[in-house]
Amino acid sequence: MQEYLKQQREQAWRVELRGKIKNKERGEIQRVKMPEMNPSERVCYQNREVNLGLTVEQAVKEAQRCMDCVNPTCIEGCPVSINIPKFVKNIERGEFIEAAKTLKETSALPAVCGRVCPQEKQCEASCFYTLKLKKVPVAIGYLERFAADFERESGQMTVPETAPKNGMKVAAIGSGPASLAFAGDMIKLGYEVTVFEALHEIGGVLKYGIPEFRLPNKIVDVELSNLEKMGVRFERNFIVGRTASFDDLKAEGYQAFFVASGAGLPRFMNIPGENYNGILSSNEYLTRVNLMNASDPDFDTPVLRGKNVAVIGGGNTAMDSVRTAKRLGAERAMIIYRRSREEMPARVEEIHHAEEEGIEFINLTNPTEYFADDKGRVNRMRVQRMELGEPDASGRRRPVVIEGSEYDIPVDVVVVAVGVSPNPLVPSELPQLKVSRWGTIEVDAETMQSSMPELFAGGDIVRGGATVILAMGDGRRAAAGMHNYLQGN
Amino acid sequence: MNEIIKVEVFSENVVKLVVKAPRIARSRKPGHFIILRIDEHGERIPLTIAGADEKAGTITLVAQKVGVTSTKLCEMKPGDQILDLVGPLGKATHIEKVGTVLACGGGVGVAPLLPIVEGFKKAGNRVVTILAARSKDLIILEDEIRQWSDEVIIMTDDGSYGRKGLVTAGAEEVIRREQVDECIAIGPAVMMKFTSLLTKKYEIPTQASLNAIMVDGTGMCGACRVSVGGQTRFTCVDGPEFDAHQIDFDELMLRLGCYREEEKEAFERYHQSVNA
Ligand SMILES: Cc1cc2nc3c(=O)[nH]c(=O)nc-3n(C[C@H](O)[C@H](O)[C@H](O)COP(=O)(O)OP(=O)(O)OC[C@H]3O[C@@H](n4cnc5c(N)ncnc54)[C@H](O)[C@@H]3O)c2cc1C
Ligand SMILES: Cc1cc2nc3c(=O)[nH]c(=O)nc-3n(C[C@H](O)[C@H](O)[C@H](O)COP(=O)(O)OP(=O)(O)OC[C@H]3O[C@@H](n4cnc5c(N)ncnc54)[C@H](O)[C@@H]3O)c2cc1C
Ligand code: SF4
Ligand code: SF4
Ligand code: FES
Repeated sequence: MQEYLKQQREQAWRVELRGKIKNKERGEIQRVKMPEMNPSERVCYQNREVNLGLTVEQAVKEAQRCMDCVNPTCIEGCPVSINIPKFVKNIERGEFIEAAKTLKETSALPAVCGRVCPQEKQCEASCFYTLKLKKVPVAIGYLERFAADFERESGQMTVPETAPKNGMKVAAIGSGPASLAFAGDMIKLGYEVTVFEALHEIGGVLKYGIPEFRLPNKIVDVELSNLEKMGVRFERNFIVGRTASFDDLKAEGYQAFFVASGAGLPRFMNIPGENYNGILSSNEYLTRVNLMNASDPDFDTPVLRGKNVAVIGGGNTAMDSVRTAKRLGAERAMIIYRRSREEMPARVEEIHHAEEEGIEFINLTNPTEYFADDKGRVNRMRVQRMELGEPDASGRRRPVVIEGSEYDIPVDVVVVAVGVSPNPLVPSELPQLKVSRWGTIEVDAETMQSSMPELFAGGDIVRGGATVILAMGDGRRAAAGMHNYLQGN
Repeated sequence: MNEIIKVEVFSENVVKLVVKAPRIARSRKPGHFIILRIDEHGERIPLTIAGADEKAGTITLVAQKVGVTSTKLCEMKPGDQILDLVGPLGKATHIEKVGTVLACGGGVGVAPLLPIVEGFKKAGNRVVTILAARSKDLIILEDEIRQWSDEVIIMTDDGSYGRKGLVTAGAEEVIRREQVDECIAIGPAVMMKFTSLLTKKYEIPTQASLNAIMVDGTGMCGACRVSVGGQTRFTCVDGPEFDAHQIDFDELMLRLGCYREEEKEAFERYHQSVNA
């Protein structure tokens, strides 16, 4: 790996590029600012992307900041080890399609990851700028998005070649990023691949969870249609374990399975009044709006529009919900979070965008009870203040209740976004499958093979709620693991 | 796509549909339901599988017009396609030989009751079924229910057919008359509530099948949550049947009204568009 990176770095064009601008000058270039729709306008549109993407000039300039380090620490920060300097330098020299190809050597969905990766915790956190220069890092995520978008919009997107069919049939269960990455690799290796999805749309959280203002559906659809062109079959409205059992599928010739059924089970807080009308999980709220288009009157699915909407939680799901509430016309759209802004697990950019959009942050505060009108519709919530105590197992400081600090907030819609649990559907159908105490499927970390040899698993069903890029990485490792297994190695 | 093979109109508001769905026809059991979406703009609604023909690869649905989607569905013709149909969902009814089973069906609840009655009869039970509705033309599936019941009692609110009175009147008569070992109640939430109160008085184990509002039907959204024995459960994966004596029916009824305003508006829009 190190050798390979070195070799690539010594290619003539890169040596030449490095010589063109002095490192000192590179270090003085200001980090690019992502052009975005202005906040007062964008809160009127549920489906217009906030980030508009870099122009060619901006991208090239930003790429110049990267010093093509001897020891590119950025790569260590990326869960799938994208060859970051190689793709960035390709942008610097104007070879945008080459840059996109570099991304695709390791990432199945660069246009998606460029948009949704928590870069500030991953690649950009370990960029030379961050670590050594104490300056803002190279905008790796923006550049990744630029290259992937450029390729897609150029119409020069090539469908990767696939090996001749080897006559073996495999199935992926769920159609989120883990399965899509898995399917892409397996089809290239010559397998017949079917992806089974319980919902009527392919994409998992990318479709039903993450809103259009962060990740337009059309970007996911292009990737899906590429997979289809390569021969991947998608079966919608098909719940493996219910519509057909694993045994049925085996009888139909499927020789191995990749389970990526996600962490779809919403958690509630089990506090009094939580089942009143108007209180719903972020999954329900986002599914109604994103999957069922409930905010558009031409569609039949309803969604509650509140004046005072409180969203409980501080993760990406909470940010997506509260910004959706704003877009659906809430006068007051609030985040209620029990720790402080620093501990929020959401992407920093989303928190920042939410602030710009006028979202109210009520931090160090936790709900304890809900109250309703005589029709059972929530109208008030009781909260209590918290302060931060000692760090807990996750390393974050534990919130501690401040006694006697309760007060009430008027609300008419409450979205609970306090986390999800692994989807129990598949494990409940397979009693012999080994699962952890938390309900996640146990696998070998290298091969992603479960306690049942023909069954592999990855993504949130293994990790219990992680990220798109980790799910994708799992899908690719599982493909390699399964290939090995099926070839009898 | 799932083709509608046959349509049978039971009454002005209730229609039976036979739909092509070979996989589901094979894997479904009594108590299971499906979720369907008619077209691109449609919402997802749950309907019980009232029966299936494995050989023909079809399932039977019985739908009552209550809002936009159910009305559109009831107006579909043989040859029309339902865009999305997924299932079987929910837990199957626990069926065993217990002795005498009292099955109470209210309104369109008779449709989900049918396969359960059939199951209990086939398991060797004596089955007494009560069919209840507001009036005669709302009594459905009478012949099919008779085929699998030892006795059928019909109750109508207005006395236009069978006996006049509520389902509970008929049920209490049976309970007083003979030993009842288990009761099943399916129908509108109020009907299940009062049936449950009655059987609780006589300490007869009772199952009710809940019609909570649903979105995905796979345990992902929590829209269908109900309180059972003080705990929150999801109707789509933990149910739809629960121990009736533990169910908080009042909460269920409030929750069913959650989108009433939105639904009413949608229905008015729909009528205007149809009449235009
Ligand atoms: C609102 C929201 C915002 C997020 N934002 C970010 C972000 O900004 N950045 C980031 O990196 N991560 C984000 N995440 C997390 C990320 O989306 C997940 O980690 C990732 O999608 C997990 O991928 P997966 O492939 O494991 O499964 P999922 O994407 O969860 O997909 C699983 C699919 O499996 C289907 N399924 C389940 N059981 C069955 C079955 N038995 N048969 C058939 N199909 C089945 C489900 O219907 C679902 O479509 C976010 C998550 C949410 C909910
Ligand atoms: C597990 C399950 C099985 C079901 N089986 C059947 C069946 O076999 N046949 C059948 O006709 N119906 C059945 N239902 C009810 C059916 O799903 C609803 O009638 C349907 O969703 C209404 O949709 P709509 O768009 O036509 O009406 P909407 O416009 O959504 O609603 C119109 C009115 O109906 C009420 N309503 C909404 N949803 C429900 C609901 N789920 N149950 C009761 N009232 C509701 C609303 O409060 C509103 O007042 C079942 C429900 C569940 C949960
Ligand atoms: S995939 Fe994510 S972590 Fe890796 S380089 Fe791209 S943005 Fe960074
Ligand atoms: S660490 Fe930063 S500057 Fe160095 S190669 Fe990576 S992106 Fe470029
Ligand atoms: S319908 Fe979504 S969890 Fe039951």
